[in-house]
Amino acid sequence: MAEFTLPANSKVTDGKTHKAPAGTKRVATFRVYRWDPDTGANPRLDTFEIDRDQCAPMVLDALIKIKTEIDSTLTFRRSCREGICGSCSMNIDGTNTLACLKPIDEVKGPVNIYPLPHLPVVKDLVPDLSVPYAQYTSIQPWLQTESAAPPDTERLQSPEERAKLDGLWECVLCFCCSTSCPSYWWNGDRYLGPAILLQAYRWIADSRDEATGERLDALEDPFRLYRCHTILNCTKTCPKNLNPAKAIAEIKKLMVARR
Amino acid sequence: MTMRSTIARVRGLGSAKHGVEHWWMQRVTAVALIPLTLWFAASLVSLAGAEWEAAYLWIASPAGAVPMILFLVAGLWHGKLGLQVVIEDYIHAEVLKVALLMLLSLATVALGIAGVFAVCKISFGE
Repeated sequence: MAEFTLPANSKVTDGKTHKAPAGTKRVATFRVYRWDPDTGANPRLDTFEIDRDQCAPMVLDALIKIKTEIDSTLTFRRSCREGICGSCSMNIDGTNTLACLKPIDEVKGPVNIYPLPHLPVVKDLVPDLSVPYAQYTSIQPWLQTESAAPPDTERLQSPEERAKLDGLWECVLCFCCSTSCPSYWWNGDRYLGPAILLQAYRWIADSRDEATGERLDALEDPFRLYRCHTILNCTKTCPKNLNPAKAIAEIKKLMVARR
Repeated sequence: MTMRSTIARVRGLGSAKHGVEHWWMQRVTAVALIPLTLWFAASLVSLAGAEWEAAYLWIASPAGAVPMILFLVAGLWHGKLGLQVVIEDYIHAEVLKVALLMLLSLATVALGIAGVFAVCKISFGE
């Protein structure tokens, strides 16, 4: 059901404020969502002021600086710090994005940082992604073939066939798109969401895959596929500039083509 | 509280293997409604301030009755498909959802038949 207010134990309260060191010329302010499952307390918004001249340009750099220098209990996922691993997805300044690709100076005023919306929170900025991961498993994201593999070559594709995977293979499964989608918020237990549908289309569009019909069978469902109402938050928010909405539209076109 | 695995919950009852007809008919009725809505709006404008008799004769003529029936059917059908999605999206209490979907189907058919009957009655006379 649509939820218009947060449950009582999820209401965000004001947290601690960590002032910038005296004499800081350029102060950058971060307001970060904190929740610790061990205390049972409501989530809070901590304020961290840091010296912008002593911090590298991206929001992830600031989070690492805060964790290293101010509060080591601040918890978030990160790995590659260059937009390839998809770990540091979070809601920054009201938009889902990768912290490592978001310049601090792009945000006017304090930088508000929350976990990805509408997922259970494990701690601080770490959401529970087990349902999206299981949905990813459910679309069987691997090459499926009937024919025997060629004995001495790879399975070949023409350059045109390979080009059909462009805009799909780049997805890093950060789930910025799925968690920006109202339809996924309300029906995420049954709707697969834009990230998974883009991945599903990545295998449907692969000329080497021989299970296209079965893949479409598995998606032809009022909830799994057709909860997409072309809201387009997915495409707007994608930090890799991909177009999940177009991938979903392509799946819908194939559904019509095979009627 | 459930101890089912996440993948079992995600796979759920499997794919319903439908949905494409709903999606397709929503597009078909939408396309049909473009000229029909323009026709309906233009007709209302041209009848503005006219006598009751003129409106009656307009509905009674084949050029009024046939597009009016098409407009009613396409509009109600399109509206039914759209409202069905709204109910499925937002109503998660199973009993209420099924009841509303049933009410929607019945109301659509009832309104459609009443509308078509009214046009026919005017068109074919008493």
